Amino acid sequence: MTGDSLLSGVEEPVVQFENVGMRYGLGPEVLSDVSFQIAPRSFQFLTGPSGAGKTTLLRLILLSVRPTRGLVSVFGEEVSDISNEALTGLRRRMGIVFQDFRLLDHLTTYENVALPLRVQGRSETSYRAEVVELLRWVGLGERMHVLPPLLSGGEKQRAAIARALIARPDLLLADEPTGNVDPGLGRRLLRLFIELNRLGTSVLIATHDFGLMDLVDAPRLVLGQGRLQIER
Amino acid sequence: MGQVSPPPHPSTIVAPDREALPATLRRNAPLVPTDSAASRALAAVIAILTFLAALCAGAAEIVASSADQWQGSVAQEVTIQVRPSAGRDIDADVAKADGLAKATPGIAATRIFSKAEAERLLEPWLGSGLDLSDLPVPRLVTLKLAESPAPDLKGLRSALGEAMPGVASLDDHALWLQRLSTMANTFVGVGIGIVALVLIATGLAVVFATRGAMAGNREVVEVLHFVGANDDFIARAFQRRFFRLGLRGGIIGSCLALAVFALAGLFARLWRSGPAGDEIEALFGAFHIGWRGYAAVLLIGVIASVVTGVVSRLTVRRFLR
Repeated sequence: MTGDSLLSGVEEPVVQFENVGMRYGLGPEVLSDVSFQIAPRSFQFLTGPSGAGKTTLLRLILLSVRPTRGLVSVFGEEVSDISNEALTGLRRRMGIVFQDFRLLDHLTTYENVALPLRVQGRSETSYRAEVVELLRWVGLGERMHVLPPLLSGGEKQRAAIARALIARPDLLLADEPTGNVDPGLGRRLLRLFIELNRLGTSVLIATHDFGLMDLVDAPRLVLGQGRLQIER
Repeated sequence: MGQVSPPPHPSTIVAPDREALPATLRRNAPLVPTDSAASRALAAVIAILTFLAALCAGAAEIVASSADQWQGSVAQEVTIQVRPSAGRDIDADVAKADGLAKATPGIAATRIFSKAEAERLLEPWLGSGLDLSDLPVPRLVTLKLAESPAPDLKGLRSALGEAMPGVASLDDHALWLQRLSTMANTFVGVGIGIVALVLIATGLAVVFATRGAMAGNREVVEVLHFVGANDDFIARAFQRRFFRLGLRGGIIGSCLALAVFALAGLFARLWRSGPAGDEIEALFGAFHIGWRGYAAVLLIGVIASVVTGVVSRLTVRRFLR
């Protein structure tokens, strides 16, 4: 099934990989001949055992690493010699939830969640209500003035998710977004991703939580030994 | 999944009982964290460098303005020297020279130094109580120059040479003035050079500090990139942070320098009554740097902070490229 298309119509894919290979330095290939597409408004999981290359694949989509071989296109743009400005433009259309959250410890929860809007140069008054609303919804309404080191693991995770959602991205990438939260909240967060997907965002969730994947009828990109299979 | 309550999306949420929002949620925290120890060290370095540069500029200003004063008073006077020679009546020669000078346009006033005055001028070298009548003591006529018309010193010199060849000569202090202005200009040039060097050193210190801050905040920079910040935004964040540091250092350094000049002026006034006071004043004027000096000191503080901001921005841009 490698190389199968997830594309439903004729629209340009949000992400397209063609025979992508990736190795770090002189090490072995972490990914080999990976080909897939993420269609607009699609929802899929990315799974596989630890060390199978899930994070590397996400980093390739994020354009934080470049493929050793093969072609990666994001939002229709081939990324091998993309300019810095174009890269910024593409990243503003993505929301990312990192496995290790990557919240900025010197900014409050509120400031962290507002960051994607702040870096676009928007004034604080224009997004304050929006950010507070989202924080309340993910259950951080009382914690918005707290610095991340004082948040629990689950709270950090919710703050990271809120930060990824706040700019209403066209593509949401989430690396183990429900790893640190209780099952009830995990389902709530999943609902949020589904809702976001209904509003037009393509969603790719990397997880090895089968309970979570069983809640949604969505294709699964399965990585194993550097190769990708698509299970519907 | 049926039991999960449908979530409101941020774009669709309108809470009916929306609480009043806090006026400012953002604490205006800088995007680049301030490492207090490194920041203090850099601010101290900038303060010290600014202080040294400001001292240097102030000293150059004192020399320049003192030199101006000397030049101003020296250049307003010229002297005719009348040498005694055998077989000539020196008093007649002096009177003749005085008459020639008075007839020259641009000479405001003349004053003849009497024999007694001329002898008194020699006292510091020969001591008092000597009978100098046998010595051929030259006599002086000082001429005060008018602002306008421009004095015709050339004409006067040739007239003196024709009327009393080898006896009367005109000394317009040109050599002294030239030496004085060369010395003052050298001093000011050295001062400007040192100020420039110190500012360059400030810039280099900021380059190191910025690179250190970039390396220390690699994680922050990466996150900023991922959430869609462009290089310019990040560079501006660093620039703001370093400009503030530079401003703090610059203000401290400038204020210290101003304090030193104020103290020096105070001490100079106190010492003026003492025996060394005259020499100090003769050398440094009133130890007063004037508005030009104060402006220069403050300007150096401002330039140091601007250099800090601009250099950090350029460094970040190069680092990110």
